[in-house]
Amino acid sequence: MTSRRQLLTHSAAMVGAASSGWLLPAHAQNTKLRIGLMLPYTGTFTQLGVAIDNGFRMALQEAGGKVGGREIEFFKVDDESEPSKGVENASKLVQRDKVDVLIGTVHSGVQMGIHKVARETGVLSIIPNAGMHAATRALCAPNVFRTSFTNGQTTQALGKVMVDKGHKKAVWITWKYAAGDEAGEGFKQGFAAAGGTIVKELGLPFPNVEFQALLTEIASIKPDAVACFFSGGGASKFIRDYAAAGLAGKIPLYGSGFLTEGLLDDELAPAAQGIMTTLHYSASLATKRNDAFRLAYAKTYKMQPDVFAVQGYDAGLLLLQGAAAVNGDLSNKKALYAAMEGSVIDSPRGKWTMSKAHNPVQDMYLRVVKGKENVVLGVAAKALSDSGVGCKLG
Amino acid sequence: MDLANFFIQLLNSVQYGLLLFLLAAGLTLIFGIMGVVNLAHGAFYMLGAYMAYALTAAWGNLALAIAAGTLLSVVFGWLLEKILFRHFYHRSHLDQVLLTFGLIYIFEELRSMLWGDDVHNVAVPALLDWSIQLTDTLSYPAYRLFMLAMCSALALALWFMISKTKLGMKIRAGAFNSDMAQSLGINIVRLHSLVFAMGVALAALSGMLISPLSSVYPHMGAQVLIMCFVVVVIGGIGSVRGALTAALLVGLVDTFGKVLLPQFASMLVYVLMALVLLYKPEGLFKQ
Repeated sequence: MTSRRQLLTHSAAMVGAASSGWLLPAHAQNTKLRIGLMLPYTGTFTQLGVAIDNGFRMALQEAGGKVGGREIEFFKVDDESEPSKGVENASKLVQRDKVDVLIGTVHSGVQMGIHKVARETGVLSIIPNAGMHAATRALCAPNVFRTSFTNGQTTQALGKVMVDKGHKKAVWITWKYAAGDEAGEGFKQGFAAAGGTIVKELGLPFPNVEFQALLTEIASIKPDAVACFFSGGGASKFIRDYAAAGLAGKIPLYGSGFLTEGLLDDELAPAAQGIMTTLHYSASLATKRNDAFRLAYAKTYKMQPDVFAVQGYDAGLLLLQGAAAVNGDLSNKKALYAAMEGSVIDSPRGKWTMSKAHNPVQDMYLRVVKGKENVVLGVAAKALSDSGVGCKLG
Repeated sequence: MDLANFFIQLLNSVQYGLLLFLLAAGLTLIFGIMGVVNLAHGAFYMLGAYMAYALTAAWGNLALAIAAGTLLSVVFGWLLEKILFRHFYHRSHLDQVLLTFGLIYIFEELRSMLWGDDVHNVAVPALLDWSIQLTDTLSYPAYRLFMLAMCSALALALWFMISKTKLGMKIRAGAFNSDMAQSLGINIVRLHSLVFAMGVALAALSGMLISPLSSVYPHMGAQVLIMCFVVVVIGGIGSVRGALTAALLVGLVDTFGKVLLPQFASMLVYVLMALVLLYKPEGLFKQ
């Protein structure tokens, strides 16, 4: 009985699959473009995932809801920021849903999974956040593009700013994990090049937030300044502990922009005044492009966009430019990649281009916390490019 | 490191150690007396912190929030023991682990429904929102000193209750040999409810006390849970005195490790645990 039923369902499925294949029109351009969104829709990074999703869809809607002249169809997977499911979830989108392009994700560990699948299957992959170096360095790939940053890029420009202000001896502090180490690498490079010296490196395991011992150590070293990489809940705690330990105002605090991004509420703002950060975006960037973007986003989603929404938006712009160049035929890979490599993205953060390793070449803004805003003081580094060391593309 | 800094770091270690003790005391009692491996202990800490956040937001008073939150968590622990844990005392450790692991997910989901997935801050009460200047660059937040005092007082009270009162004697008897205690006429069922409720309340209270210092965030119980188990294992399962010694030891190793050997800081505590297990497999204070 069972075996006969199995046989029947199996053959029915096979016939179904085969016939649906025959029914497909010969011209790919007439079918819907299948877009896979693999982002965190639950868990700690939910807001980031939602912002990227919103920004991405908005870019496509502004272009008339079509990509390269083709209608679009979305396939969503919640990656839960769970690295162990990275490969499985990416494979689901590529093998089962047969997506033409995969947009994702936030967490670097999950990105490793997506990256593996992208390299193995050759599916077009656009990274809207995760900053792990390997994706656009040693493991770079012709079909993988990033619209965000490398972890080192967000701290590299700090060094010159600090030395220019006479802060030549600094303590570096971060979480001991991949993103923290990579941000540290970027900082050291920039700080050494500007003539600064790191007097001590401090670290604690991710996502531990018991900073008290380290702050005591900083107070006893008395460096000219402190530079750090923290983000999210840990960043907000670090800022408050730094102020509570009496260090704020005595030893200036610098960091990657993620230290203060999206965190400045009534509780935190008083402790954060005067903190200087570098990032490729700030909500307070006073350009027509940014104003227009912020207004449209606020109207559509009834909330304020952040840097993650911009990165998602730019992922949409990049896909639109690439697809337009090949009239929606994403299987024309050579022309598609060439168009994406050569694209200039007119982003709310300012115009940026693609490096040979497929990472943004972009301006890094110097921002200072004033009130509840990251006020832009100027450009800390013009057209900053990641070294892309180890990448053999281009 | 000069002398002044050494003493400040010592103060930091004691303060961290005492907080760990409050957390681990409940865990070690529940483990020692009822034989339950309670992985959900960290979740109680997380719920405590969120309660402090929600109640302070509603009433604008942290002290009131902590008092009400402690009462609520006693009731919560009491009910949880009656409805759920009671039926697992004689089941295998695997069943208990599965139950309490599941509870972590349930509590996290409840937290997500009630308060969302955002990171929240709890304001330090105005009365304690000042610092003491210790060196020319370093001030010590008054709230940290308050917490140190609170934790010391609670640790003392716990010690007094366990070693000097009749109730404490029953608890010790229960931890030593539960069947024997029962046959001597101790109402072991009620004792279990009481100890469990107390353990939950201690975990929640630690979460509430630390909430103005730490941010309140999802999964915040996960990292303290591991530290708690380290403390329980080093101290010896079921021993409150052991938990105190171990917590202070872990505080010392963690604090000075971070400063003196930053590159090995994350593993030093576990090296300590491994050494203790090697030479004293039952922990420092075997029951």
